Amino acid sequence: MRPESLLVPTPAGLCCPEGGFHIDPLRPVPRAVITHAHSDHARPGHGAVLATPETLDLMRLRLGDGFAGATQALRYGEAVTLDGVRVSLHPAGHVLGSAQVRVEKDGLVIVASGDYKDRPDPTCTPFELVPCHVFISEATFGLPVFRHGDAAAETGKLLRSLALFPERTHLLGAYTLGKAQRLIALLRAAGWERPILLHGAAEAVTRYYAGCMDLGDLRAVRDAAPDELAGAVVLCPPSALGDRWTRRFPDPIACFASGWMRIRARARQRGVELPLVVSDHCDWDGLTRVIPATGATEIWLTHGAEEALVHWCGTRGLRARPLHLVGYGDDEEVEAIEAAAGGPTEEPA
Amino acid sequence: MNRFAALLDRLAYEPGRNAKLRQITDYLRTTPDPERGFALAALTGALSFPHAKPGLIRTLIAERTDPVLFAMSYDYVGDLSETVALMWPAPGGRTDDAPSLADVITTLQTLGKAELPKVLAHWLDGLDETGRWALLKLLTGSLRIGVSARLAKTAVAALGGKDPDEIEVLWPGLAPPYADLFAWVEGRAERPVVDDPARFHPPMLSHPIGAADFAALDPNDFVAEWKWDGIRVQAVAGTCADGRRVARLYSRTGEDISAAFPDLVEVLTFDGAVDGELLIVRDGRVQSFNVLQQRLNRKAVTAKLITEFPAHLRAYDLLAEGGEDLHGRPLGERRARLAALVQRLNEPRIDLSPEIPFADWDALAQARQDPRAAGADTDAEAIEGVMIKRRDAPYVPGRPKGPWWKWKRDPFIVDAVLMYAQRGHGKRSSYYSDYTFGLWTAGEGGDTLVPVGKAYFGFTDEELLKIDRFVRQNTVDRYGPVREVVHEKDAGLVFEVAFEGLQRSTRHRSGIALRFPRISRLRFDKPPAEADRLDTLLGMLAEAERTPASGGRVLDPAVARTGKRKGG
Repeated sequence: MRPESLLVPTPAGLCCPEGGFHIDPLRPVPRAVITHAHSDHARPGHGAVLATPETLDLMRLRLGDGFAGATQALRYGEAVTLDGVRVSLHPAGHVLGSAQVRVEKDGLVIVASGDYKDRPDPTCTPFELVPCHVFISEATFGLPVFRHGDAAAETGKLLRSLALFPERTHLLGAYTLGKAQRLIALLRAAGWERPILLHGAAEAVTRYYAGCMDLGDLRAVRDAAPDELAGAVVLCPPSALGDRWTRRFPDPIACFASGWMRIRARARQRGVELPLVVSDHCDWDGLTRVIPATGATEIWLTHGAEEALVHWCGTRGLRARPLHLVGYGDDEEVEAIEAAAGGPTEEPA
Repeated sequence: MNRFAALLDRLAYEPGRNAKLRQITDYLRTTPDPERGFALAALTGALSFPHAKPGLIRTLIAERTDPVLFAMSYDYVGDLSETVALMWPAPGGRTDDAPSLADVITTLQTLGKAELPKVLAHWLDGLDETGRWALLKLLTGSLRIGVSARLAKTAVAALGGKDPDEIEVLWPGLAPPYADLFAWVEGRAERPVVDDPARFHPPMLSHPIGAADFAALDPNDFVAEWKWDGIRVQAVAGTCADGRRVARLYSRTGEDISAAFPDLVEVLTFDGAVDGELLIVRDGRVQSFNVLQQRLNRKAVTAKLITEFPAHLRAYDLLAEGGEDLHGRPLGERRARLAALVQRLNEPRIDLSPEIPFADWDALAQARQDPRAAGADTDAEAIEGVMIKRRDAPYVPGRPKGPWWKWKRDPFIVDAVLMYAQRGHGKRSSYYSDYTFGLWTAGEGGDTLVPVGKAYFGFTDEELLKIDRFVRQNTVDRYGPVREVVHEKDAGLVFEVAFEGLQRSTRHRSGIALRFPRISRLRFDKPPAEADRLDTLLGMLAEAERTPASGGRVLDPAVARTGKRKGG
């Protein structure tokens, strides 16, 4: 069987005609395998959804109980056979519950990795390298200038700023699923014991995480007394940073944790005062480490700067091509779209 | 070096002056000598590295990276130092090799051009992304972190509760890494002995005069002179103990700007400190600020630049002469000695700022309104108002209230329509506080608005709230952080915009640039259709261009009669 027949890019997303399912489909399909609960990958309205138990929980939390006709939970490493195609899920290290999808038919193995990172993250199961013939990789940070560095050192920047400006609220913009909780865990690991305050949009998911791990004292910012705001860390969606919501805080500092913060012009354009380079995606070094390690001889690239990775693969004798799947954005843009589509951030939360 | 880099990194994003100050002070307090001294040198712009050229950096990165990937990356990032800093291959994770800033600077002072590439590559290997960025920015002389030398010195002063002016006075006699300065500020040693006959004297500044102030002032107690629209400078010269002559030109904040004006510095043959205005004078005629600007901020001072833009000192005051301190003497006496000094010098590049004779405040108001008729003649276009000074006042550094007043000319005003709004920074980051405004011009399908400028101050906090609300409720489109606001003939917000002058500009679609524009009034009452037209400003420019001293760029307030002045 040719790889192009096992998994086919279609307008609805990556499709497996033999197995009768789509991976992270962009529009409602009868059967979907979902890699993780970020909204550009996990959409509502599918007939049946196969995902890790955590991803299903998070989808239910964000999309409501009726987000799919039927659900099936699959733990990491377990396999099911769908119309003769063997499907299993493996840790992607991106966010809680995130998985790579391993698809096997007649000895041909394709791994659709979804979003992934091979760096340590205390809030999710570490990335697992899955040998395959064809590896489908994201290319969000597919340029050699993206090097995320050590996340603990970045939270160190935040702690130094808190020490230097103990009277100012530090508003920490971060994607509310995954990044926010990872930052909380990093802050706790660095010894920050004060309550961490949450914007309304970050509450539900963070409470779910807190049920799976110890994240310390978490409180809703709307319940906080004015004297609790001085020198506090307040987690919020990035879109809230420039919003009227920020006016309640004493002389706030706009902090933003994202891989995009590596590029100064991008941080300045957003008016960020304390950029933290923390990403839940692979940086360039990670991509170029993982791709050859899978043993795949053919690399398919999705969302991001595919061009540079295609070139790099060529220099390593790997066949690579972009899949041109549309609809997957970087986290930050997705979050902004969510906010614009009626999120709570324009109103007090 | 990594700590210094972290400071630069943080400063580059920090919009607030006070927060910047705190960060620098914190760094200086917690960093040992000589490292902090070299950091201070870097922040005050006291360093230059002639061998470090962008070409060298390009060569180094080309040897280490794939050219296709570099081209894609540079294209994406848009800044050479930043691209190289990010792409530089990490040599296996050892970062204990990071050079100190002191290492870097002392090494560079003696290093030959041929050895630089190898040494620089070794340093880059030892640093992290931010460290590499800072090193490359430092070497290429483009820190661009929004920190003036004055701010850095203020941070030093804050270490020991000193007055920044005290640092300025010592500064020209000090050299990196400033161990003696830190020791004194921190109370560990005596004040450094600076035997500098050409030291800076903190200047005396004035307050704007309000209509209500005149009633309490007797015109007989005051003298008036023109407020020249140049750069306030201090020209200081003297002889060292070893017989060496020293002459320096300082900016108002004490920055040594001698290197930019060698033509003026060479004629400072006196012994003393003169407070005055730096102007460009051609054929005995003072040129406007726009002409002066063409000489400022140039890296190289060429012979052509000096010939085309001859620097001139118009003297206001004398602070010291022949080793005698004159600060305590009344203005009348200082002025008389200044006049005698200028006469003795007999140097065409240095003259005395003339007094404006006036019998009462109305007469002075008349002169302010029409400087040309009041004796300024053709120099009128370089005048931005009048100064009123008490005859018996000593020279008091700082801004004492009472002895010196400034009475600026009324600004030009134009009614413009708000077109786009952008969120501000820092405290204003949740407010739409940066405004692009436009004027009407004839377009293909009838009148259309063309943007003529941007303003982000001039309004009160209360007005800001009103504008912010208007912007949010009248947004027609969004482009990233920018909102397009409704601007139709019958719907939109009119601003009264005040500005100081005009010049042609190829960077703006309207073809003109306003000098110092600010929002002077909100005109919620005025329909946008009644706002002003671009032709009005173009007419003012055309009028101005008929006078040669304008340099083709100036708006001469007196000749551009088609324009309107606030109140006048």
